[in-house]
Amino acid sequence: MTHPENATEFLKDSQKSKWHDETLWFVRDKRDKVSKGIPEWEQLRELASGIKDYVLANLADYLEEFERNAIKNGIIVHWAADSEEHNRLVLEILQQQNCKAVVKSKSILTEECHLNPYLEKHGVEVVDTDLGERIVQFLNQPPSHIVLPAIHLKKREISELFHEKLHTEKGNEDPAYLTQAARIHLREKFFGAKVAITGVNFGIAETGEFVVCTNEGNADMGVHLAQVHIACMGIEKILPRRKDLGVFLRLLARSATGQPITNYNSHFRNPSPGKEIHIILVDNGRTAQLAREKFRNSLKCIRCGACMNTCPIYRRSGGFSYNSTVPGPIGSILSPGLDLKKHSSLPFASTLCGSCTDVCPVKINIHEQLYEWRQEVTKTHGEFAKGLSMKLANGIFKSPLAYKISGSMMRNALKSLPNSLIYHPLNIWGKNRNLPDPPKESFQQWYQKNRS
Amino acid sequence: MKANSPSVALFIPCYVDQFYPQVGIATLELLEKLGCQVTYPLGQTCCGQPLANAGYARDTVGTASHFIETFNDYDYVVCPSGSCTLHVKEHFPAIAGLEKEQKALEHKIYELIEFITDVLKIEKLEGKFPHRVGFHSSCHGQRGLHLSSGSELNQPPYNKARKLLENLEGLEWVELSRTDECCGFGGTFAVTEEALSIQMGKDRLADHQQHKTEILTGGDMSCIMHLQGIATRSKQELKFLHLAEILNKALL
Repeated sequence: MTHPENATEFLKDSQKSKWHDETLWFVRDKRDKVSKGIPEWEQLRELASGIKDYVLANLADYLEEFERNAIKNGIIVHWAADSEEHNRLVLEILQQQNCKAVVKSKSILTEECHLNPYLEKHGVEVVDTDLGERIVQFLNQPPSHIVLPAIHLKKREISELFHEKLHTEKGNEDPAYLTQAARIHLREKFFGAKVAITGVNFGIAETGEFVVCTNEGNADMGVHLAQVHIACMGIEKILPRRKDLGVFLRLLARSATGQPITNYNSHFRNPSPGKEIHIILVDNGRTAQLAREKFRNSLKCIRCGACMNTCPIYRRSGGFSYNSTVPGPIGSILSPGLDLKKHSSLPFASTLCGSCTDVCPVKINIHEQLYEWRQEVTKTHGEFAKGLSMKLANGIFKSPLAYKISGSMMRNALKSLPNSLIYHPLNIWGKNRNLPDPPKESFQQWYQKNRS
Repeated sequence: MKANSPSVALFIPCYVDQFYPQVGIATLELLEKLGCQVTYPLGQTCCGQPLANAGYARDTVGTASHFIETFNDYDYVVCPSGSCTLHVKEHFPAIAGLEKEQKALEHKIYELIEFITDVLKIEKLEGKFPHRVGFHSSCHGQRGLHLSSGSELNQPPYNKARKLLENLEGLEWVELSRTDECCGFGGTFAVTEEALSIQMGKDRLADHQQHKTEILTGGDMSCIMHLQGIATRSKQELKFLHLAEILNKALL
C-alpha cells in the first residue's frame, strides 16, 4: 500500500489519530523547552553537523582507525557488506557458542537487516529487551517509531496484551504494574541468554570503544550477564574522538525525548576476562548513499526521532504508514536509496514544511532532500498521466497567451458549471473543501482596465 | 509617488491572478501608498512551483527563463506569496545563458512583507483595524524566507508581519497553541495526500476557533485557499484575508 492509502486508513479512527498527534506533539514540545534551556543549542547543532560531515568525508580512514584500536582492545571485528552477510555473521557466532536464546537491546540496524526472523528461522529465540520493543515483538509488529517503538499503542491495548502473554490482571492498566510484570518476565530471559546483541550509537575511532545509549539499562543488563556481546553498528556511526561525545550526547537525549541526558550511556572498550565482544560493521547501502552527493548527508543521522515527533504527517499517519524500517521524514530520504520503487511515495508524504530540518540535531536538510528525491522518483517511477499534465502546464506557463486562455476558461467553467460537476468524485480537491468563488475578472484584466 | 523611487515589478502568483484578484489589487495599492512606483509586467505567468514540487523541476526550464526575462528590467520584484518567492530564489533550474540575470533576480525578489520591513525599512504603519486577527504562518515564508522565528530553533522571537499588524489601532493578535504548524496545503500534497491534508487543515482551524480568531490572515493565499475551503465546507464562521488586504484596508 502507498503512503496516502495507509494514512487514510490511520485517520479513520479519528480519536486515536488525534491522540497519536497530541502524544508526539507533547514530546516535540518537551524537546523545544529543554533545547531552549541551553543557550549554545544552535552552536551544538552546527558543531555536530560539522563533525559528522568531516567523518563522512574521511570515513574510510576513521573506520580503519576504529578497527585497529578495537582489535588492540581485544574486540573481534567483522565487516558486513549487506544485511545477509550481517545476519550470517551473527548466526555463526551464536552457533559457535551453541546458543539457542539471545537477548537484544534496541537496534534499528538489526531491524533494517530483519535479523529477528532470520535467527528464528534458524531455531534461535530472540527476545527484545527494550520494553516498547518487547511489546511490539509480542504483537509480531515492527517498531512504529525508532525511539518510541510502541507509541502507536494505548495503555488499554498493552494491558490486554500483557494479560494474554504475561497473565497480568485483566483490565489493570496501571503503567507501574504492567512495567513490573515486564521486568520480571525479562529478568528470566536475561539470566538465560549466553549471548547479548546490542546496537551502537557511537563508535570512537581514537579509542576503539563504542557507546550504547538506553533509558532502561537493558543493554547493560544483557551484556553483563552474557558470555558474548555482539554489537551491530552501521559504518556511519563513527566519531573521531571521545570528547566529541560531549556534543552528541547532549543533543541526542534532548532531541529524542526532551531529557537532558539518556539514563545509561554505556562505554564498551574491552571484554571482561573470559568473555568476548564482537562488533559487526555494516554497510548495507550506506556507501551507495555516500556516493550520492545530494543525499550523502542523510548519513549524519543519529536516530533521535525528533523529525518524526515534529512531522505533521507522521503524527497524523503513524509509523506503519511509511512501510519502511525507519519511518518519518528521515526514513523518507533514507529508504528510497535502498529501494526506490518500493518507497516511491515516501518523498511525497510531506508538505515540504521544513520543520524536520529545523529540529534535526545534526542539521540534515531533510525537506530539501525530499524535494530532490521527488525529482529522482519521477524520472523512473512517475505515473504517465501526472507527467503529461505537468508538461502541459509548462507549455501553458511559458506562454503568456496560452496561460491567459486556459485561465479564463477555468474561471468561466467554474462560474457556469453546476456544483454537482465541479465537486464530482474525481475532483479530489473538492471532496472536503470548497473551491474559491470565481471572480468576474482576473487581476490581469483588472490591471489592464484600471492601470495601463 | 516619489520621483526617484525604485521601480517595483509586481509578481502576482497564477492562482492569485485567477482566483484572488482582490489580493493583487490590495498589494498594488498598498505599495503605491507606501511611495513605490509599481508596474505589473503583463507577460507574466507562473513560477513553476507546482511542477517542480511534484518532481518535474526539469520541465520548468521554459517557465523559469520566461520569468527571468519578464522581470529583468526592474529594481525589485515583489510578490504577495512567500512560497512563490522562495521557489524563484531557491528552486529555479539553472538557466543557461541567463546566469547573470538569474543571480540578480534571486537577490531582488522579495515577499511583500519583507519588502516593506527590510527594503522600505518601514517599522510602523499608521492605521486602524479593530478586529481579532489570527495569523497563519506559511512554512515557506517562515522556515524558507525567515519572515518569523521558528518554534524549532533556539533564537530570539520575531515576526515581521506581526510587527506591522500589531501597530494597527484596535487590532488584537490571537495567540495560538501551535504557532507555526503546517496547514496541510503543500501544493500537489493537497490532492495526493487528501486525507492528511484535510486533517491538518481542520486542526489548524480548530486552533484558531479555540482562540477566537475573527479574521484569519497570512502571507500565502494558497494556505488560506485551503483553510477557507475547509471552513466554508464545514460552515465555520471565520473570515479570511491576505495580509495585503488588511494592511491596505487599515491604511485608508
